[in-house]
Amino acid sequence: MRHIIAVLLENESGALARVVGLFAQRGYNIDSLTVAATEDPTMSRLTLVTRGDDQVIEQITKQLHKLIEVVKLVDLSESAHIERELMMVKVKASGEQREEVKRCADIFRGQIIDVSPTTYTIQVVGTSDKLEAFIEAMRNTQILEVVRTGVSGISRGEKALAL
Amino acid sequence: MSQQNQPEMLSGGAMLVRALHDEGVEYVYGYPGGAVLHIYDALFQQNDVKHVLVRHEQAATHMADAYARASGKAGVVLVTSGPGATNAVTGIATAYMDSIPMVVICGQVMSHLIGDDAFQETDMLGISRPIVKHNMSVRNPADIPEMVKKAFYIAQSGRPGPVVLDIPKDMTMPNQKFPYSYPKDIKLRSYNPNAKGHPGQIKKALQTLLAAKRPVLYSGGGVILGRASEELTELARRLNLPVTNTLMGLGAYPASDEQFIGMLGMHGSYEANQAMHHADVIFAVGARFDDRVTNATKKFCPNATIIHIDIDPASISKTVNAHVPIVGLVKPVLQEMLSQLDKQDSKSQAQLDQTALNQWWQQIQQWREVHGGRYEQRSDLLKPQAVIEAVHRHTKGEAYVTSDVGQHQMFAAQYYKFDKPNRWINSGGLGTMGFGLPAAMGVKLHYPDAEVVCVTGEGSIQMNIQELSTCKQYGLGVKIINLNNGYLGMVKQWQDMNYDSRYSSSYMDSLPDFVKLAEAYGHIGIRVTRPEELEPALERAFALKDRLVFLDIHIDPKEHVYPMQVPGGAMNDMFLSKTERT
Repeated sequence: MRHIIAVLLENESGALARVVGLFAQRGYNIDSLTVAATEDPTMSRLTLVTRGDDQVIEQITKQLHKLIEVVKLVDLSESAHIERELMMVKVKASGEQREEVKRCADIFRGQIIDVSPTTYTIQVVGTSDKLEAFIEAMRNTQILEVVRTGVSGISRGEKALAL
Repeated sequence: MSQQNQPEMLSGGAMLVRALHDEGVEYVYGYPGGAVLHIYDALFQQNDVKHVLVRHEQAATHMADAYARASGKAGVVLVTSGPGATNAVTGIATAYMDSIPMVVICGQVMSHLIGDDAFQETDMLGISRPIVKHNMSVRNPADIPEMVKKAFYIAQSGRPGPVVLDIPKDMTMPNQKFPYSYPKDIKLRSYNPNAKGHPGQIKKALQTLLAAKRPVLYSGGGVILGRASEELTELARRLNLPVTNTLMGLGAYPASDEQFIGMLGMHGSYEANQAMHHADVIFAVGARFDDRVTNATKKFCPNATIIHIDIDPASISKTVNAHVPIVGLVKPVLQEMLSQLDKQDSKSQAQLDQTALNQWWQQIQQWREVHGGRYEQRSDLLKPQAVIEAVHRHTKGEAYVTSDVGQHQMFAAQYYKFDKPNRWINSGGLGTMGFGLPAAMGVKLHYPDAEVVCVTGEGSIQMNIQELSTCKQYGLGVKIINLNNGYLGMVKQWQDMNYDSRYSSSYMDSLPDFVKLAEAYGHIGIRVTRPEELEPALERAFALKDRLVFLDIHIDPKEHVYPMQVPGGAMNDMFLSKTERT
């Protein structure tokens, strides 16, 4: 099962290495990892996407919690939440294809954020599934480059991961 | 403001040493080098914190580790950058695997050189990350007192473990001084180990236990670390529970007591492993269901409801699912159980089903008679088991016994009946050969009047034999029991059992003359080759109170350790001798 784990971490050098190291040492998967400082500059927030059965996920959350610099964490997948990922795709777009690519971007509510005589760069935001669907829709186009931020997640309603 | 209120101005190096003193540290074990010269100079200029110079940094870590195991307080290591730090790695990992509190101070190259591949530079934070509870680097000398406090707090609280403090040389400059004050305590928003245990879970655990018909109390190193052996013993006696200890937990319950059914696991007693397998309730206290205990987890204790107390939530349901988990320090949790029992006692409910329990004890008694720790008796060859029994006799069971790793370790665990906690000091998790001698030294330094015995083998002892020199320097009169069979015994045993006795690199050719070697280091060596020589040799060795005596005891080279669990089997699938199997 895919799980999205959000972690509040002391914003100190080496703290991120400890999180990543834990996954490598214990053989856990990381599908994606995003990290940046929060409104409180002493704290970072990570969103980790991982896979495993219940026992593995339980171990992952417990082992993460054991790291001294981990302040708090929550498995977002356990309740209602929102996830978003941002992707930029650079594609070959010349002649007839230019119109076709633009139409497809519109359907996915993507934005063309850079243009050259032969290329478009499209920004798409959404769930990982939506991003993958867009790449699939671009199959007939020559994709030059794809860059994704990885998932960021937040729980719905009043629930908040904060101090 | 009066002058007395002005904080004292100290250099980084001097602050470090003063902070250690304020933390109550008496000894630091280490080895000097370029990056820690300022710290060594600060050590030289005071008399409160004493430094013990080892011959190899690994030994420094084991000394500190063993001190912690015997005393419960964090041991302190001081090494230089690069090779000094990497030599300490095995000892740090040893402490980590057994949850031993330790603070390791590593020198580092000057801050501006970090990352330049400078002389004796190594990324010790990176290297040690997977084998420490935490590690930190000093960025500003003024932070040193607080970081020392933090290091000790983290190392000693919750589930203990080693903490590495990396200190670049420029953080300890003698000419840069800072106001010194040592914090009384420290609070971390990200670290707050849960201590007491959930009262509802404790109540549930007690109900489960009281409803048991075939209970086993399985206790581990957490009871030793958590200083809870009194509470454990009281609870076990009150409910007449059979008690088994892990390798790390020996001594938590007195081995000479009738309710003690021996160690469990790979080389556990027949009765302990049988009782575990057939139990309906397993009460696990400060133990972590290690693979050397459970054998194949799929076949582990098929009928048991498992109650598990541990301070580390990650240890609960990691390999074996716990039905009644309690996260907390074992001592307060056991105290709470005892007080709940007190309350129930007045309503006279606080006993197990006595008929069932009696039947269970009868069954255990029958299992006891099956193997009972028997071994082959020979008049022409010394048996390692007999040597350990003799050492037990000569030390009245009161010695601190350290060991290395292998057959001798298992014989010591099985045949030296530990009645007290903190007396059995061995590397259980990592299984570090070379641990025994420095460990004995660490204990002897702090308990000079106690008998300290290192049970070792001719393979292990050579991994840190250079420490005989340190023993001479500090007058450490430990007794070394070298069970010499000319083989790497445990490797050989596996080769006998699984590889048709093809002894691939498990022999010890060209052994030194250990008697002469001991003498060369200024100690006393005694060789024992025949059974009748053992008693007089032990007599002589233990009479030499303040001297290190190296007893090189030539034992039966063919002996195996039994019982031994059949790999991949259940708890109770065991070999009982070379010819018997359950």
